[in-house]
Amino acid sequence: MSTNTIPMYERPEGLADVRTHYCAGCGHGIIHKLLAEALDELEIREDTILIAPVGCSVLAYKYIDVDGLEAAHGRAPAVATGLKRALPDKMVISYQGDGDLLAIGAGETVHAANRGENITVIFVNNAIYGMTGGQMAPTTMAGQKTLTSPAGRNSADVGFPIRACELLDTLEAPAYIERVSVHNPGAVRKTKKAITKALRYQKEGRGYSFVEVLSMCPTNWGVDPVKGAEWVKDAMVPWYPLKKFRDRPADGDGGQEKQAS
Amino acid sequence: MKRGIPQIDKERCKGCGLCIANCPKNILQKTDDINGQGAYYTVCVDESQCIACGACALMCPDAAIEILQLAEAS
Amino acid sequence: MGEKMLMKGNEAMAEAAVIAGCRHYFAYPITPQNEVPAYMARRMPEVGGTFLQAESELAAISMVMGAAAGGVRAMTSSSSPGIALKQEGLSYLAGAELPCVVVNIMRGGPGLGGIAGAQGDYFQATRGGGNGDYRTIVLAPGSAQELADFTIDAFDLADEYRTPVMILADGYLGQVSEPVVLPEATGKSFDKPWAVTGAKGRPKNTVASLRLVPENALEQHNLNLQKKYEQITERVRRYEADRVEDADWVIVAYGTAARIAGKAVDRLRADGVKVGLFRPLSLWPFPDRELRAVAEGARRILTVEMSLGQMVEDVRLAINGAVDVDFHGRAGGAVPALDDIIGRIKSYEHEYHTHVRAS
Repeated sequence: MSTNTIPMYERPEGLADVRTHYCAGCGHGIIHKLLAEALDELEIREDTILIAPVGCSVLAYKYIDVDGLEAAHGRAPAVATGLKRALPDKMVISYQGDGDLLAIGAGETVHAANRGENITVIFVNNAIYGMTGGQMAPTTMAGQKTLTSPAGRNSADVGFPIRACELLDTLEAPAYIERVSVHNPGAVRKTKKAITKALRYQKEGRGYSFVEVLSMCPTNWGVDPVKGAEWVKDAMVPWYPLKKFRDRPADGDGGQEKQAS
Repeated sequence: MKRGIPQIDKERCKGCGLCIANCPKNILQKTDDINGQGAYYTVCVDESQCIACGACALMCPDAAIEILQLAEAS
Repeated sequence: MGEKMLMKGNEAMAEAAVIAGCRHYFAYPITPQNEVPAYMARRMPEVGGTFLQAESELAAISMVMGAAAGGVRAMTSSSSPGIALKQEGLSYLAGAELPCVVVNIMRGGPGLGGIAGAQGDYFQATRGGGNGDYRTIVLAPGSAQELADFTIDAFDLADEYRTPVMILADGYLGQVSEPVVLPEATGKSFDKPWAVTGAKGRPKNTVASLRLVPENALEQHNLNLQKKYEQITERVRRYEADRVEDADWVIVAYGTAARIAGKAVDRLRADGVKVGLFRPLSLWPFPDRELRAVAEGARRILTVEMSLGQMVEDVRLAINGAVDVDFHGRAGGAVPALDDIIGRIKSYEHEYHTHVRAS
């Protein structure tokens, strides 16, 4: 019996050899894995600083072998701005969740994007606040039951879920904006491509990149991981369309190297 | 036709089941056994059917699955 | 010795930051320190530095945090309501042990308050307005010259102790135009092996205030911070004592209040009153031992502030009942009047001499 095998897929080197605290089936795990793969493939791991948010991924820097920096809740884009202006040749990644990016950090999110900072923002949208036990997020779906919307999100009272990509797409400066998802293998592949592209653009000095990833939160949604993935597809994707909103470097318009100051 | 061997690290597995749900050949299953973390881990029950599609490795949130591809036997 | 130039306090401080090697300045406009961002907007590009007008003071302090984490000298400036917004950032910076310089050109409060100079943020600065057990070094300049000199010092102190340093000035000092000889750089440089600059050829660094594991990690971290603060308390004790040796009455004041108190001392001495001025130049650490030593030779202490009584609490703590401590203050941008200070001291004189005659 021939036993010639070649490794087709191996655990990325950039992923730390520790067990994550993430729940079984959490989208963060998938996204961290893809990020680690991208850092290895682009050979930028040693030049990268990962800014973690406040949220379930507050310890993201424990799970990926790169320099890690904490930011106050919502302030990651501002911290990223300061760091990137100080070290323009390094890769600065701002990894954030719903509350961090769209609630408390809405101002910082918009302004870092508006300035076109040459950073990469990865936005993990799971329509809920995970770490604190499942409260309503700016991205919670209409009618979705959470700890702070026990009767279901009442849009007439608290507004509708915010679409981050569409919001940022109104700004002039951003170079690349795409929404992807991790609910099935095809979607995961697209997420990997988007993250890799965003990082490559930063390396090339193309300006601000934003990748929104629709993700599962089985624990706070109260479903098993597989049902969670289905819910992303059936409930979230219709409201948050998966699409490339802009890709200036690919379209050949713009992408000038970011000038310092 | 590609063929492969999925290698699931039973200690890394949290038993989320995403690989099982996405395996096109339905050869992944949860065991009755628990690992050191108390999770019912997943195993491949019929490696001969694996087509090295990579779906399981793509979905795994814990990078617990590596895939060996079998070289074409000549 | 450089040439004497007429400079606004705010601008002297900004130029001193540039001299100290600061090349990253982030701020938001707020009166009465708008000259600082305006100056930096022009000056930073000239020296290849970064000036960024942040979207808020909240964002600005986080930008400082990012730059500081990258190992560079970073600064922000603001005024009272904006400094209130920065308390979150200061707590994070202190907890993550990041060096930076934060300047508060104080104005009247509370809330939006007014735009004239005041000293109502002493508590906020020295007690730490953010959460947790932390301290920031607080320096109190009293002139445009000191605004410049103390800024040079602030950057060195921040780097040496890996801690935020606050320069606590008031709107009058920021706005006054005075002769200034710009200080020279000290040339001190500090290695920052802890900075997050990309983990090439070294294990990865993590810069964070969050300490969850092991269980006692946060307490241990706090104990380490305390040790550092004790070290600072021993080594950073700044003050100026003027004509206190034979003084019956000692005025304690800082910043603009001290300038007026100094004038009062001049006038009173000319009238034969034995009065002196103790001027703290570091508010944290507070020169308590030194004040106590001076006070013990006096009959009464008068604390003068542009607030309704904040530093006076530290004065009372320092003196610990050895001598009576009186207070005179004005609030909301009002400045203590020379005649009121003179009158108060003269009333002590009158009381003392009348008392003595009667006994």
